[in-house]
Amino acid sequence: MTYEEKLNNVTVLGAAGKMGSGILLLTAIEMTDIFLKAGKEPGSMILNAIDVSAAALYGLRDYLRDQIRKIAEKKIVILRNLYSKNPFLIENSEIIEHYIYDVMKHIVFTTRLESSYQSTIIFEAVVEDPEIKINLLRQIAGNSNRDPWFFTNTSSVPVSELEKGADLAGRIIGFHFYNPPAVQNLVELITTDKTDKELVDFAKLYAKSLSKKIIPANDYPGFIGNGHFMRDLLFGFRMAEKLSDEFAFAGSIYAVNRISQDFLIRPMGIFQLMDYVGIDVCMKILEVMRSRLKDDQLHSELIDKLISARVNGGQNSDGSQKPGIFTYEKGKPVSVFDHDILKYIPVDSFRKVIDLRLGNLPSSWKSWKEVVNNKNNQDYLKDYFSELKRSGTPGAKLAIEFLANSKKTGLDLVKWGVADNIDNVNTVLLTGFYHAYGPVNDYLD
Amino acid sequence: MKRKVFLTAGYNTVSLGTGRKEFNPKKVRPGIDYYLKEAGQATIKMLGGADNVDEGVTGNFMAGSFVKQAHLGAFLTAIDYKLRYKPSQRVEGACASGGLAILSGIKSVLTETSNVVLAIGVEVQNSVKAVYGADYLGYAGWFGDRKAGHAYFFPGLFSNRAGAYFGKFGREKTREAFAVWYKNAIENARLCPTAQEYHNTCKDLISIALSEPDPNVFTEYLNSYDCSKVSDGASSVAICSEAGLQKAGIDRSDAVEVISWALVTDDITKTPDDLTKLNTIEVAAGRALKSAGLKISDISTIELHDCFTIAGLLSIEALGLASHGEGPEFVIQGNTSRNGSIPVNTTGGLIGWGHPTGATGVHQAVTIWEQLTGKAGSSQIKIPENKPFGMTINMGGDDKTVVAIIYKR
Repeated sequence: MTYEEKLNNVTVLGAAGKMGSGILLLTAIEMTDIFLKAGKEPGSMILNAIDVSAAALYGLRDYLRDQIRKIAEKKIVILRNLYSKNPFLIENSEIIEHYIYDVMKHIVFTTRLESSYQSTIIFEAVVEDPEIKINLLRQIAGNSNRDPWFFTNTSSVPVSELEKGADLAGRIIGFHFYNPPAVQNLVELITTDKTDKELVDFAKLYAKSLSKKIIPANDYPGFIGNGHFMRDLLFGFRMAEKLSDEFAFAGSIYAVNRISQDFLIRPMGIFQLMDYVGIDVCMKILEVMRSRLKDDQLHSELIDKLISARVNGGQNSDGSQKPGIFTYEKGKPVSVFDHDILKYIPVDSFRKVIDLRLGNLPSSWKSWKEVVNNKNNQDYLKDYFSELKRSGTPGAKLAIEFLANSKKTGLDLVKWGVADNIDNVNTVLLTGFYHAYGPVNDYLD
Repeated sequence: MKRKVFLTAGYNTVSLGTGRKEFNPKKVRPGIDYYLKEAGQATIKMLGGADNVDEGVTGNFMAGSFVKQAHLGAFLTAIDYKLRYKPSQRVEGACASGGLAILSGIKSVLTETSNVVLAIGVEVQNSVKAVYGADYLGYAGWFGDRKAGHAYFFPGLFSNRAGAYFGKFGREKTREAFAVWYKNAIENARLCPTAQEYHNTCKDLISIALSEPDPNVFTEYLNSYDCSKVSDGASSVAICSEAGLQKAGIDRSDAVEVISWALVTDDITKTPDDLTKLNTIEVAAGRALKSAGLKISDISTIELHDCFTIAGLLSIEALGLASHGEGPEFVIQGNTSRNGSIPVNTTGGLIGWGHPTGATGVHQAVTIWEQLTGKAGSSQIKIPENKPFGMTINMGGDDKTVVAIIYKR
């Protein structure tokens, strides 16, 4: 089967979720463009958007329409050429509307898993629960006579475990998009020792067509991305706990978040990132990692408390942030959830005191946005971190501790064989997390 | 001309769009009624009140599409209630609509229909994203060509001109001239508080202007710095007879005299004979000069229609300032800069000041009026005693409608 034939009937499981909706969008675009590039009007392709929630599938339609429009607007020059033979599409607005229609018309929105039995490609993006994943994959494999290939978007569960559990010998690959898939350029690719070579070739071609950068990760719980992020997060919790005597709970959460964002010139603080990913998702990832690696350190009591208080984080279908450990205004944390009193405490009530204790940012400090947009930022970062080291403020000291731990985690991931080399670790953080620098660096040497 | 015709009481709103600090695409912005009122009321005030205005004319290109509003002539009373029941109309000739509004006023004064005509140019274009605005701006061309044309139709047409010019006279030097043109435009705009690029702080204008065009997202031969931006804005001016000036109590030294004009059109359904020439501009400028009994070297400053850098460059040649193929060198040598032999677009032109399409012709007239009467503020250039003349060249479409006007201090 050719690449094009393989993409003739595709299913996305968990299509209305944050990751599933992005995967669905990109795949729908790719399927449509294959036809248009061949000079044909898009024909009989099927893309099943399967989700347990019918209500969420309605929201998915809105999301897709908006996103396809944005994509079409950006690539209008190319679309104009692709539709050059259609005499009725003259103006840009007509081409864009028609493209939205062409992409949408292949998508079958359904809650019925049976629709997937005719598919040759299955993208799995359901909840991060190994048992649910295995049951779904097993059911499809058992009912399909098309020997489909399975792409799992798991960010933590070993692919070999899914492969074995669902009896898929060689027909599954880890294809881990970053959030949101339509924007983030990174895919972690995870194979098992059985993975079919044709499947690997297809996955690489598919990633290339989507303009995604592939980083191979080995089949180890959490892979590279969450392997680093979860350990960073747990380190953040431990640091906050130490500070809580002095800063009180809410203050310590604010302080560590600020240190890991401002002082380290990262796009968001470590706890904001947890809220962004979803606290419930983080808990599931940690549970997978803890049980598989038999490491009780991979656990956070605070997360358990937040979840039992129904503080879940994550995003609304329009991309806005739900309340997590923080609530937000204009993307900035404005209050911290205190699990003892089950209330959010305004950041403004302690911000000045904490900021004063942390001390000023080094004079050479620049915003993450400014640094990340400068391609030749290595010299700047070196100077900045050496100033940070010299400044000796409490905030700077904590930031250096954080940075050192982040580096150690990066090196461990190579040592443990999760990543083949340091470059792969750094690339995941640079591309998947939008960091301005990789965790394994010589800024503290 | 049978009767003396004067321009006075000019006013420009800010040219709003990307680049202005107050511009936020996500926030609600002033509508077309706001711009008509701000500009119209400012000119009326300088004229001593609406009682002194006999007639109104509005130049506008595409409000029907951009803001779903036609019938702009009937906004006159909204500008000032005292103008109720006075004659008013809207005129359209694509991006030359502003020039047509001024001509309409000149004709009313010449035919002794009016002594004071309020001419306003207006356009609001940030109402839609550029990709859709390109459709509306495309109506300035022949719709029969739209299907085969570029997504960004007009940039595509002028990119073709640039490509043809590169082929004939060399790419490198021409692109260098584009960059100098851009630099002059921005530097002039920085001196004019209403200019869209007034807040521009880029240190290395030449480097960004030399960015390689990317045909996958825009045109083959032009980059975004070669193009005027999407602008909202209005300009207004009064066209008066001598009696009109007296009635409004305006001193002759605060007005400029219209000494000649030309309106020239060409077949919109035909592609240009020679992509490396702007023939209609050449004819219009030649007629206006001949009718005024002047040579191009008698003109002190010109506002010309640089919707694209290539249009600016080809205009220089069409006006006879440089011979065919010598335009790039002429520009690179600095002749068109504010200190050069012939300062061009002293408040930034379409690329620097902005291009609210239907307003541009009026904005050009206001700039010449300011320069010749010493009201240009930080943008003021020296107008030599022996050359008290300024000129505007306002182009509609791809060299299809051209209004050329020559003014005297």
